Amino acid sequence: MLLFFEQVLNGLQLGVTLFLMAAGLTLVFGIMNLINLAHGSMYMMGAYVGASVTAASGSFVLGLLAAVPAAGAVGMVVEIVVMRRLYSREHLDQVLATFGLLLFFNELVVILWGRQPLFMNVPPLLSATVEIVPGAPYPAYRLAMMGVGLAVAAALWLLIARTRLGMQIRAGASNREMAGALGIDIRRLYTLVFALGAALAGLAGIMVAPILAVESGMGESILVVTFVVIVIGGIGSVRGALVGALMVGLVDTLGRAFLPLSLRAVMAPAQADSAGAALASMAIYLLMAAILVWRPRGLFPAAG
Amino acid sequence: MPRTRRTLVIAASAAALALVPPLATALGEPFLISLFSRVVIYALAAVSLDLILGYGGLVSLGHAAFFGAGAYTVGILAFHAEDGSPVLDWPLSISGSTDALVTWPLAVLVAVVLGAVIGALSLRTRGMHFIMITLAFAQMLFYLFVSLEHYGGDDGLSLWSRSAAPGLDLSNATSFYYVCLALLAGYLVLCWRITRSRFGMVMQGARQNERRLRALGYPVFRYRWVCFMLGAAGAGLAGALIANQTEFVSPALLHWTRSGEIMVMVILGGLGTLFGPVLGAAALLLMEEGLAAYTEHWMVILGPVLVAAVLFARRGLFGVLCGGDDDAR
Repeated sequence: MLLFFEQVLNGLQLGVTLFLMAAGLTLVFGIMNLINLAHGSMYMMGAYVGASVTAASGSFVLGLLAAVPAAGAVGMVVEIVVMRRLYSREHLDQVLATFGLLLFFNELVVILWGRQPLFMNVPPLLSATVEIVPGAPYPAYRLAMMGVGLAVAAALWLLIARTRLGMQIRAGASNREMAGALGIDIRRLYTLVFALGAALAGLAGIMVAPILAVESGMGESILVVTFVVIVIGGIGSVRGALVGALMVGLVDTLGRAFLPLSLRAVMAPAQADSAGAALASMAIYLLMAAILVWRPRGLFPAAG
Repeated sequence: MPRTRRTLVIAASAAALALVPPLATALGEPFLISLFSRVVIYALAAVSLDLILGYGGLVSLGHAAFFGAGAYTVGILAFHAEDGSPVLDWPLSISGSTDALVTWPLAVLVAVVLGAVIGALSLRTRGMHFIMITLAFAQMLFYLFVSLEHYGGDDGLSLWSRSAAPGLDLSNATSFYYVCLALLAGYLVLCWRITRSRFGMVMQGARQNERRLRALGYPVFRYRWVCFMLGAAGAGLAGALIANQTEFVSPALLHWTRSGEIMVMVILGGLGTLFGPVLGAAALLLMEEGLAAYTEHWMVILGPVLVAAVLFARRGLFGVLCGGDDDAR
């Protein structure tokens, strides 16, 4: 039971990380109708910049404060130099150009930081464990991650539903020309949204840096899972991204922890372990397939 | 006269490919034969993607799944042939094999069945969804093979030898090269015939105006599904060949960046031209080889080249070489 509780927390924590990735990406997909494979690169840049600043200054807070704007700035430059020319192009062109960007960034970090992965310690303030239920100590850092993720979700909701910028974003999403005719600077708006998405990815990157290895190509594996989240949640929907991210996080974590164990009840242990591991690694994709059959446009299809 | 120029380009490239082994031997660079075997094999995969992408208009970012499935079919059958253990006991008994006449068609069959399943699910969607879903399914297969410890997991599976074919010595680099080239030529002719058939016309019509085709009463979904399977078949065959060429299979064959590379070959060569992807495969692999000799960080150059190619050179190598209007399509 305690193990189950701990795994649920792990699942939620993975879900929150995925949400930070998916929220920005789903906005870019939904509003600009742009498919972006280089989103994982922003996550990677955030992790690298954050890890190096933390290592140099000894302060995680400084690392965080450097990583998020750095990822946002990289996003802004990428938008102005490349993405801007892609909005009117076919999806195929967008896929290829952003694939080129991804190759470039993966190799750029190897040139700048070398092939050795960077490792980073959990900030001392959060290195303790907390017993939420007696007998199940849980790392405070992971709890803090969840807190940050939920705070970002709330802030995003406020931004989109309650502010002038949010109104413009929604207007730009539902009808680009009309919003432009009403005097909204669409180009600037797109740059802002893209940079916002990149900054959120950078935040996700620096937050996972203490618990994962920071290495070239780290963005790819999470990118594909982020796609699964967006397909489940519905393109362009932040609410869908939150629900999808938590679902994917829980299914993946719990599947890995419990599928081999529960299969042992019906088959030999060795077979159960390998079949369980294989099934668990496919679980989120099977979940996606099931949801697609049921609702091809995702759980919360955005209007338009 | 773009048409004659096109024939000329194709004839010249075919002649160049056919002359690779004697030239490589004459130059004393036998490694060129294996490099060009790779080129031909990837060309086969790229042509099969062009069928889906260029003629079907379906942006599938999961083509490596079929490529890898074909390769693993050959690898797993060879593994069991060496081992003496059966691949499957139930529901039907399958034993391992290294006979090319058995394993290669089986690799194609596995890819087609996989294409049927993935296609049936992903063709329900359009546009951006389709891209992400094909990508996700390919990645699912990648993780599946990573988790199969019995077949080497992450480290992959080494083959003891190449497949055996009656009357041919596939372990000989030159004869293996010509087998690959012949299969590529055969698949090209097949695709060329398909795209000029009524089936191909319906596919292209559906790409240009799906609603009109539906109104005319064509079951567009079924046409697309068959097209998807035909593409998967070519990739499965290419996978069987690459497993033989490297005598090694690993999950890296299915990684989604592989799908991206194959797609790059198609675009670099010329989308919807069938022969273009052959040039694209040659260009990309030779560029990789050339840049890798110059710097280990060749991807930092290749990436921006790719971005620039997408932004500014949209017709592909084949289009540029053939000149004229977009008549190549």
